[in-house]
Amino acid sequence: MATYQLNVNGKNREVTVDPSTPLLWVLREELKMTGTKYGCGISACGACTVHVAGVATRSCVVPVSLIGGPIVTIEGVGQDPVGRVVQNAWVEKDVVQCGYCQSGQIMSAVALLKATPKPSQTNIEESMGGNLCRCATYVRIREAIESASQQLK
Amino acid sequence: MLVNRRLLVRVFLFTLLVSSLAILKSGESKISTADPNPADALAAWQQVYSVLTSPRCINCHTATNYPQQGDDRHRHFANVIRGPEGKGVPALNCVSCHQESNADSTGVPGGPNWHLAPLSMRWQDVNDQPLSSAAVCRAVTDRLKNHNMDGRALLKHHQEEELVLWAWNPGRRPDGTMRTLPPLTHGEFVDATRRWVDAGTPCPKAR
Repeated sequence: MATYQLNVNGKNREVTVDPSTPLLWVLREELKMTGTKYGCGISACGACTVHVAGVATRSCVVPVSLIGGPIVTIEGVGQDPVGRVVQNAWVEKDVVQCGYCQSGQIMSAVALLKATPKPSQTNIEESMGGNLCRCATYVRIREAIESASQQLK
Repeated sequence: MLVNRRLLVRVFLFTLLVSSLAILKSGESKISTADPNPADALAAWQQVYSVLTSPRCINCHTATNYPQQGDDRHRHFANVIRGPEGKGVPALNCVSCHQESNADSTGVPGGPNWHLAPLSMRWQDVNDQPLSSAAVCRAVTDRLKNHNMDGRALLKHHQEEELVLWAWNPGRRPDGTMRTLPPLTHGEFVDATRRWVDAGTPCPKAR
């Protein structure tokens, strides 16, 4: 076991866990932040996506011992102007069906729009290609990203 | 007095010329003529080639829009693509999963600045087949393609580059077993590179 100081959504948090514990389980089990979802556990579906030092990160495969920057999760992304616009667009387009993958979808969409505020169709397809949705809400996801992009300067 | 001074200057200049020629000759011999046997040099290159085309190296030297993974060099899963700088795209960067070191508890390999080699350094064709020994050698030694590295720089690259060194410390697969290593030890790889560089980085003829 080892103790780690993490900055999560702007707050300093201390956890004592095995160094090999994936960040996902630190968030869900230790910090009780269950907005980030467990999907596949092998970074194949994107449901566990959070931001670490501004980079969209698959929290299910990154041990806490390798975390090297502040963490933003779905619970905190609305504090960010781009995150707020994306969340509003998600509501506007009524994207969600079952909702299980959507926190990961939103975190990836925010990462995309922060890097590329005016993405092309190809940009959207490539950046969101690692986030799966078994309800197949892909058309509405794309519409919400385009709507959010139009609202961003 | 004046004559003696002129004589001294001439002796000095002659000595300087002889010394310079000696230095040039010794430097030249280190770079291109130390190994007089071309067959040995090409055999050394063939050893280097065997490492470059092993999965731990060639999986990130693709000619396509994606990296490969595994000993069978299959396409990287999760729709991972190359991106403009060989580091993926926003929201699907290499570093979205690959950290500064191996994550053995989850089976994800990692190393500093994890990225694909540039397309100029592709060692495969678009059908994911390794290029010939001659073709890889030409690419590796083409200073317009290899970040202007001469033989010495290539040797240093093989000795010290962190992602090169990763190939001999590739960590565990998700099932907990160790990833396969290249066919030579790192020491053997460097020795083969040195012999090839000392001989002037000759490339096989043909294709």
